[in-house]
Parts: sequence; structure tokens; C-alpha cells
Amino acid sequence: MVVNDEDRYLMLSGLQHFQFCKRQWALIHIEQQWEENVRTIEGQHLHHKADQPFLKEKRRDKLIVRAMPIQSKELQLSGTCDVVEFIQDPDGVGLAGVEGTYKVYPVEYKRGKPKKGDEDVIQLAAQAMCLEEMMLCRVDTGYIFYNEIKHRIEVPISDMLRDQVKQMAAEMHHYYDKRHTPKVKTGPFCKNCSLQHICVPNLMHKRSVQSYIEGRLGE
Amino acid sequence: MRKLLNTLYVTQPDTYLALDGDNVLLLKGDEKLGRLPLHNLEAIISFGYTGASPALMGYCADRNIAITFLTQSGRFLARVIGESRGNVVLRKTQYRISDNEEEATKIARNFITGKVYNHKWVLERMTRDYPLRIDVEQFKIVSGQLSDILREVRNSVSMESLRGWEGQAAVYYNRVFDQMILQQKEDFFFHGRSRRPPKDNVNAMLSFAYTLLAKDTAAALETVGLDAYVGFMHQDRPGRASLALDLMEELRGIYADRFVLSLINRKEVTASDFVTKENGAVLMTDEARKTFLKAWQTKKQESITHPYLGEKISWGLVPYVQSLLLARFLRGDLDEYPPFLWK
Repeated sequence: MVVNDEDRYLMLSGLQHFQFCKRQWALIHIEQQWEENVRTIEGQHLHHKADQPFLKEKRRDKLIVRAMPIQSKELQLSGTCDVVEFIQDPDGVGLAGVEGTYKVYPVEYKRGKPKKGDEDVIQLAAQAMCLEEMMLCRVDTGYIFYNEIKHRIEVPISDMLRDQVKQMAAEMHHYYDKRHTPKVKTGPFCKNCSLQHICVPNLMHKRSVQSYIEGRLGE
Repeated sequence: MRKLLNTLYVTQPDTYLALDGDNVLLLKGDEKLGRLPLHNLEAIISFGYTGASPALMGYCADRNIAITFLTQSGRFLARVIGESRGNVVLRKTQYRISDNEEEATKIARNFITGKVYNHKWVLERMTRDYPLRIDVEQFKIVSGQLSDILREVRNSVSMESLRGWEGQAAVYYNRVFDQMILQQKEDFFFHGRSRRPPKDNVNAMLSFAYTLLAKDTAAALETVGLDAYVGFMHQDRPGRASLALDLMEELRGIYADRFVLSLINRKEVTASDFVTKENGAVLMTDEARKTFLKAWQTKKQESITHPYLGEKISWGLVPYVQSLLLARFLRGDLDEYPPFLWK
């Protein structure tokens, strides 16, 4: 019997860290280390704006909800949607305390501009999957708003994306259960990492300590 | 590597520290002595029974700024530690190893390797820099003895034998320590270590330097999530930062001893900087302590290439980098703990 398995849930926002670098994710989510840099502060500032759980907006056929807590039993993840937009649609689902049926669109806020990698898209897809599970609906589309271009882009939630999310969530749980911080390949992206001083990427391809000591002692 | 920030030393005993926005405010009664932005600081060390506001302590704890309270003479009183961050797994590993002599010995062996190796190179450096002032032949003999001990240390499998070799190394090293004092010989001499209280000028300075180093090391250990109070070699004793003492072994000679020697040899301190009490205890004057701290800060800014990482860092970051490497070893990233092997 699984008792209170919500304790096992990992943070959904960790998907983007995990996608960026498995080690970065482990440092933050297993070792709980964190260091602020310009990027993280900017991100906080932006989310502060989106993070207004008691503000509801209604615009004609659109209902905008902010900072909505979400979770998925299947993925064993939980987190918060910056914004969820509900748009009235005959094919949608009913909402508590509101008339009509609605389609569900998660919107994620990002400080920068669209990235080459798909870490933002994966996070959005996971949010969509949580919403589907919680609201018993289908979420085909989500949006990512990029602050630098002040513009949102539309993201289709494809089956391929869903598979990727499932796979990553499973892998994250695997590392988490072992409490293991993996070693990784380093690269230029390490320079953009706020945890580089804690991670010491340099260590990843150092010679063994044993040979270092023997080398020095032998001189 | 991260940047070394400043340390604020408060040496006037009647100064009260308060928080003012993002600044620390120094108060003497109602008079404002000054205010400093906290984001430039990584530590505050206060001498004497000064107070600090809870707001300031909270602010600093939250941002990893270490506040340490020492008595006027530099004895440790208390340290402000905030909520310990997600280091449970790391600390449990640390405790497990601390309770397992075999595992603990493997780490202690590297601390002592570092200590003896560095002591040896302090002596070697002297023979190179001042061949006309010291008995080079004797230094070479001691250096050779330390090399022999290093081999024994590498082969030691028990804590007891490690402690034995460490003690033997100290005897050899201390035998020539006095020769490294090249100036003001009538006022500064070393005839052996005395503590609690130090009984001569050199011992008073060594004690002070070790206190500062221990404090820096303890703060560095806490920063990376380790428990400074649970050691591998020094046994737990209430109020003793055993792991900090373990980790600083390798830095005593190259960091503290050399620092003290250079203050004497460059005549930055003189006999008038010390007061002898009726019982023979020697104290540093407030003025001397100020000189000392100023020079200590300057030393921390000097840069050095880390022997294992190969990165340029400032001397002041060495305790932090060694703490980080120890943590990374405990986390399984490294095959052994890499001591700081100086040359």
C-alpha cells in the first residue's frame, strides 16, 4: 500500500532543469543548493507578476486564472501553472461555479526569448498533462510567453512530447530515489548555469585524486 | 570560482550592529559610526561583547553571511547559523563516516598528508629564499624526515598511527621553526607551542591566526552544507568545530604560520604590540590586532593557483574550495578528498 504518495511527488519545474542539465537538476532538487544570478532574479521578478492566485479575470468568453496549483498522479509531479486560460467552447469541460463549458490552455511565463532546446516546451507539456488528469479533459495547445520578445508562442502538445515528459519524469524519480547527483558532460552552457560554483564542472574531467597526490608526493 | 567578498571586523567592544535596509549599521550609543552595504560582505567578525540585532542576524543567516562573536582576546563565543539547507543526505554521509574509523581514517590520512607535505614545503621554501640566514643543512635533514613521515602517513590504516606520525612531524618542524624568525630575534622566538594562554609573542600571534583560520574554515564548511562540528580526526567535543580543525590542518603551516612569520620578518609588529600579564600570559594589544587583521585581509586577496583544480583563486577562498571538494568527495564525485598540496 502506498501511503500519502504525494510526498513522493517531484517539482514539475524541475523538468526544465533536468532537460538543461541532469546535474543541475540534482543539485537543486536533491542537494537543494541554489545560488542566485541575474537570470534567476529576473525570472523571480517576472513570476511575481504572474503569481497572483486570488486574481481572476473574465474577458467575454475567456477566464484567466493565475498561479494554479497542479499535480499528476501518473507523472508523480506537482507544481504551479503561471496562468491557465479557459476559453468557452461547446467541446470543452464544465468548471466549478462557472456557467458554460471551456477548453483549457496553460500559459507559461519565461524571462528570456525562445530557446533552442525544448526545456520550456517540455515543462508546458507536463503542465498540460497535469491539467488533463485533474480536469478530465484534453489539452491540445499551450502557450509560452517570452518576456524579452513580449510575445507568446503557441505550442501543440504532441504525443511525442508527452512520451518525452513521461520518460523524463521516470528518470528523475530514479535519480531521486537513489539520492544520486550524476556526473555529466560539460560544455559552453555551463557558463549560463547559476550553480557552476557549486557544481565545479571542472571536476567532471579531472584526473583522479589518487594520481594527483601520488604525482605531488613523487616530485 | 566564486568571488571572495570582504569580511567586516568589529574591534571596538562597545559597538552595536544593526540592520538598516540592506546595510549593516555600526552604532556606538546613539552615535552612528558607519554603515556598509551587506552585499559586499561574506562575514562579520565581532570582537568583545558587542551586540547585534536579531534582524541583522536573520538577514545574514538568510544570505550566507557568517557572523561570529569572539571575546576581545579572540576566543570563540558564538556563531550565527541560519536554517540548514538541504544537506541532510550530505550530513548523514558525514556522520556515518565520522562513526566509522576505517572510513574516517582514509579522509584523515589526506588531511595529514596535506599538513606534513605543506610543512615540508614551508621549510624548502626557506632554504631557497634565505640560504644565508638559516642552517640549510639542518633544514634539508628535517625536510627529508618529513618526506619519510609522508610515506608512513600514506600507509597508515589506523587513526592512532596517523596521530603518532602527525605528532612526530610536529616535533621535527617545531625544531627549526625558531630559525625562520629572521628579524627582532630578542623579542620574537619560538621555544615550543603554548596555548591557553600563549606565553610569548609568537605563540600569541599563532593562536590568533589559528582562531581566524578555524573561523573561516567553519563558515566555509557550513556554506557547502557540511556540519563543522562533526570531524573525522578531531573527536566531537561540545562547542568544538572538529571538522573545521580537521580541514585546517593542511593550512596551518602555509597559511597561518607563514603569515605570522612574515609579520615579524617584515617588522609589521614589534615588541610594543604585546602585553605580558602577571601570570606570564601574553596578549596582543588592540592596535596590534588591528594591524594583524588588516594584513590578514590583504593576504586573503592574494591569488594562487589551486593545485588540484588548476584554477586561479584568492588565498581567502582556499578554505571554501577545500570544503567544496570535501563535500563533492562525500557526494561521490571524487575518488578521494584532494588535500591542498602547496609548493
